[in-house]
Formats: sequence, C-alpha cells, structure tokens
Amino acid sequence: MNVVVILPLLVPFLTAIFGFLAWGNRQAQRLISVVGSTVLLIASLILLWVVSQQGIQATQAGDWPAPFGITFVADTFSAIMVVMVGVMGLSTVIYSLVTIDVEREAQGFHPLIHMLFVGVCGAFLTGDIFNLYVWYEVMLIASFVLLVMGGERSQLEGGIKYVTLNLLASALFLAAVGLLYGLTGTLNMAHLSEVVPTLVEQQGMVTVVAMLFLFAFGIKGALFPLFFWLPASYHTPPIAVTVIFSALLTKVGVYSLIRVFTLIFTGDAVFVQVVLLVIAGFTMVTGVLGAVAQYEMRRLLSFHIISQIGYLLMGLALFTPLSLAASVFFMAHVILAKSALFLVGGVLNRLAGTYDLKKLGGFYRVSPVLAVLFFIPAMSLAGIPPLSGFWAKFALIRAGLETQQYAIVAASLVVSVLTLFSMTKIWAEAFLKEKEQEDGKLKEGVEPVATLPISERLPLLAPIAVIAMLMIVMGVGAEPFFNLALQASEEMLTRTEYVQAVLGGQV
Amino acid sequence: METLMAFVIGGLYAAGLYMMMRRSIVKLVLGLVLIGHAANLLIFTAGRLTREGIPVIPSTNEVLVEPYPDPLPQALILTAIVIGFGVQAFAIVLLKRAYQTVKTDDLDAMNTTDT
Repeated sequence: MNVVVILPLLVPFLTAIFGFLAWGNRQAQRLISVVGSTVLLIASLILLWVVSQQGIQATQAGDWPAPFGITFVADTFSAIMVVMVGVMGLSTVIYSLVTIDVEREAQGFHPLIHMLFVGVCGAFLTGDIFNLYVWYEVMLIASFVLLVMGGERSQLEGGIKYVTLNLLASALFLAAVGLLYGLTGTLNMAHLSEVVPTLVEQQGMVTVVAMLFLFAFGIKGALFPLFFWLPASYHTPPIAVTVIFSALLTKVGVYSLIRVFTLIFTGDAVFVQVVLLVIAGFTMVTGVLGAVAQYEMRRLLSFHIISQIGYLLMGLALFTPLSLAASVFFMAHVILAKSALFLVGGVLNRLAGTYDLKKLGGFYRVSPVLAVLFFIPAMSLAGIPPLSGFWAKFALIRAGLETQQYAIVAASLVVSVLTLFSMTKIWAEAFLKEKEQEDGKLKEGVEPVATLPISERLPLLAPIAVIAMLMIVMGVGAEPFFNLALQASEEMLTRTEYVQAVLGGQV
Repeated sequence: METLMAFVIGGLYAAGLYMMMRRSIVKLVLGLVLIGHAANLLIFTAGRLTREGIPVIPSTNEVLVEPYPDPLPQALILTAIVIGFGVQAFAIVLLKRAYQTVKTDDLDAMNTTDT
C-alpha cells in the first residue's frame, strides 16, 4: 500500500468527518477546516515531490492485483492537479472564513467543501474508469449542496439547470463506461489502454464510445455547445463557492478528457483531432463573446471560464508533446488566475455591496493595493508577459504553428485580444472610473479596504496576494514549472511507464 | 433477448429525453429517473445476458464452471443504483424547494439567472 498516493484522499475525507462530528460548534468546524486544508496542501506537495523524484506511483485498493482491483495512480499530471486542489483549497477555506455567513456555516459549509476536495482528488488519482464515475458523483453531490445552500431563489433556479445537466452527463458517462466494459471486459485504465488498440475490427464502436465520453466530459467541462448550465448557475452561490467551483470542477472534466484521449482512445487520432479542434475554437470564441457582453462581474468571469477551457482543449487537440505540456501548464495557470479574479470580485462586493460594474468605481484611488491584486491575474489571464499566462499561450501557439493548425492559432490570438478588452473593461469600470452619485457629483471616499478590521482584511487579501505571487513566480521563473509540465506530457504520450506502474511486470 | 433489451433501453432513453424537454419540473425529474434506468439496463445488457449458471465457485472446484454470467456489471449497476437513488432524492427535494420559492412548476418561468 503506497500511502503517499491515497493521502490526498484520506486527509479531506477525515477532515470532513471530523467537521461533521463537530456539528453545531462553529469555531471547532472552522479550525478543523483550516487545519485539514493545510495538511491537504502538504500531502499534495509530498505527492508531487515523490512523483517527480521516483516516477509514477500506483497503489491497489485492498491489495487486489490490477487489473482486478481498484487502482490509484499518481503520474506527474495527476500530482500537479492535486497540488492545485491543495493550493486552492487552503486559499478558499481561508477566504471563506470571512465571506461565508453564519447560517451557511451552521448548515455544514466546511465539511461539505472538504467532501468536494475528496471527490476532486479522487477523480485526479483514480486509475479505474468506473471509479472515476464514483468520484464524479461524490464531487457532484457535494457541489449540488454547496450551490443551493442558503436556498435563495436565484440559487434554486441556477441549481436546477446545474443539477439536471450534470445528472444527464453522469448518465451518459455511465452508459459509456458500460459499453466500454462490454467491448473490452476491463475497467482498469492502464489495462484499457492495452486492450482498446487491439479492437481493430470494432473501431467504429470504439469511436462511438469515445464520442460518448467526449459528450459526457464535455458537459462537465463546459465545452461548446454544452456549457449553458455554467453561466446560469456559477454566479448564484456565495463567492467562496464560486471560486472553488471555477477553480476545480470544470477542470476535472478537462482532466478526464485529456486522460481518456491520451491513454485509451488514441486509435482514431485524425477524426478526434478535427472534432476537438473545432470544439476548442468555438468554446474559446463563444465564451469570450459572452463575457464581452456582460456587466455583472461574476457572470463576466463565468464566461471567461468557458473561454479558457477552449485553450486547454486546444492543447489536447494538437496532440504534440509541447501542446500537451502547454495544456498542463495552462491548467495550473488558469486555475490560479480565474480564482484570483473571483476573489477580487468578492472583495469588491464586500466593500461596495454589488457586483455590477456600472455601479462600482473609484477603487484605484481608494485601494491601490486591491487594484494591483486585480491587475496581476487580469493581465496574466490575457497573456501579458512576464506573467504565467504568457508562457502558457506562447507554448500553445507555438505548438499550433508547428503543426500548421493556423485557424486555431488565429482564433486563440483573437480571443486573447478580446480577453484583454474584457479585463480592461473591469479595470476601467471598477477601478479607474470615479463613482458617481445620483445627483451627478463625485462620491467622496468609496469604502476603502483600510476601513475593514485587520481580522477581516487578512483572510480576504492574503489568498489573493499568495496566488498573485505564484503567478509572477510561474511567469518569471517559468522553466522548472514548464519542465514539470513537459515531464507530464511525456508520460501521457509514451504511456508505457503508466501501464508498467499500474500492471507491474506482467504486461 | 439482446435485441429486445436494445429496444427497451432505446425506448427508455427516448422517453426520458422527451420528459426532460417538457416544461414541468415534475416531468423533468421523471425524465432523469428514466435516463438513469436506461443507463443501468445498458450496462446490464453490455455485460452479456445469460440465463444459465451462477458466478459462484462450487466447493468441489477451483475455478468457475462455464457457463456463468459476468458478475461485474451487476456490481456496477448496484453501485450506480445507489448513487442514482441519492442524487435523484436530492433533485426531488431541490425541485420541491424551487417550486415553493418560485411558486410555479414551469421551467420557462425560472429564467432569472440566465444571461
């Protein structure tokens, strides 16, 4: 039993259990939550360190030998994603200490968010396709409750769309797993990667199953044209919940897509590549166009989530070592950038009481620190050097030029400009423009950050500052991070190491 | 038998999708239930249907005696049914709360969060 691999699962699970045991005791729950997410971050960093030093780690649940038992595998890609869960988990939990109201904490916000981490880490670490479905459900049920907790009208309305489309996606995922089992007689992903290429005569059926997976993960990952649940629901819960959803949930869908299309369905590469490229292009463009039309900050940023998913998919579609590495790097970058922007949005709402850009204003003058904390992730998201987003996009575009996919390169460049425009809009509306009152006079002193007591200021601003620092570090000292991403993409493309780690010598 | 099951599953999917596209939230949840059943039956059928034997090793034997049904799809379905039960129960409560708050069961009236 390799404890390192399952530690990122056990830690949030135990945290959630202890959180539920401390039901009704607000202080104890908050303490358990913070301690638990700190330990999760440490556990995930240990996992990444072990994987980068000793190669892919695998463990069999209950010591049933693969492919019969349930396998947990951590390759570099999984380990990076788990570290992102650790980073975002701790930031969000700290931020939630002052942004989640007492009622929601009494309804079990802290244990539930750790159940969400269990599901997400499980999805990243499992090596069994049916087990992946189970982790998806763990993640979904926690996210359902977090989304509608509080029971406001908008939450319930958004929740219906979120729940319905995600349940539909789960049913399709389940059907695809069933058909895949019928074809191959195995559910272990490493074993599948060996069996599926031998099904030459049933290539048509394999492609059908692959497209079912694409459809199911496409709904979860909010790809064009399946993303409509996302802008209808993501802006309704409290901002801390939106942050963790935007950071992790859609990324699990994209992670699963990358996993199944690099490990299992590699036979019909040309057809899949065309489909993925078209979807990637449309996802980017529709997402950013939706964002440009918005004036509500959370809705605007929700549309940007969709747009950025297109870039992640572009890396998968191009299917070269560089492009996959770019996708991995981009994934880490966009999780940080998106969350930081939502976090800043939450602070603005806290100070001004609204997310409406038309009503916001003047924050550059009264809170320059906050302005800087917005500026860094915004420029990073748009891809301005030397921040992390620049290297992510640079690598993607270079991979696109190398494979002569000029259409997608052009689309990604145009979308970058529109992203920059959209970020400039927030900058101009919320920060630069002076806030006007009804009588047309300038309002003196918009509520500045400095009026908040230090016990609130620290949990609000520290996570944003840390994430912004990470983005600068990832941009200025990009090389070690990018080498890690290259290692991840190499492992995904060669596959032998993964298969060997899971199945052992008896291949 | 497989052909019959194929039609049953297809019928369930069609009925489920049709129900989901109605405007009433009650029909929406019925559609979700039907689609869940269709997926379960699909796994059941994809694991090959057989009426002979049981997947238990007899005490006189070291290995399974042919013919036997594949037990794994049934284990998968069992898991899926339990999970489905949980999420469907959640969906029903959510829809009831939504009905109480919005005071209509018409999905077209629940569009304030759309953009």
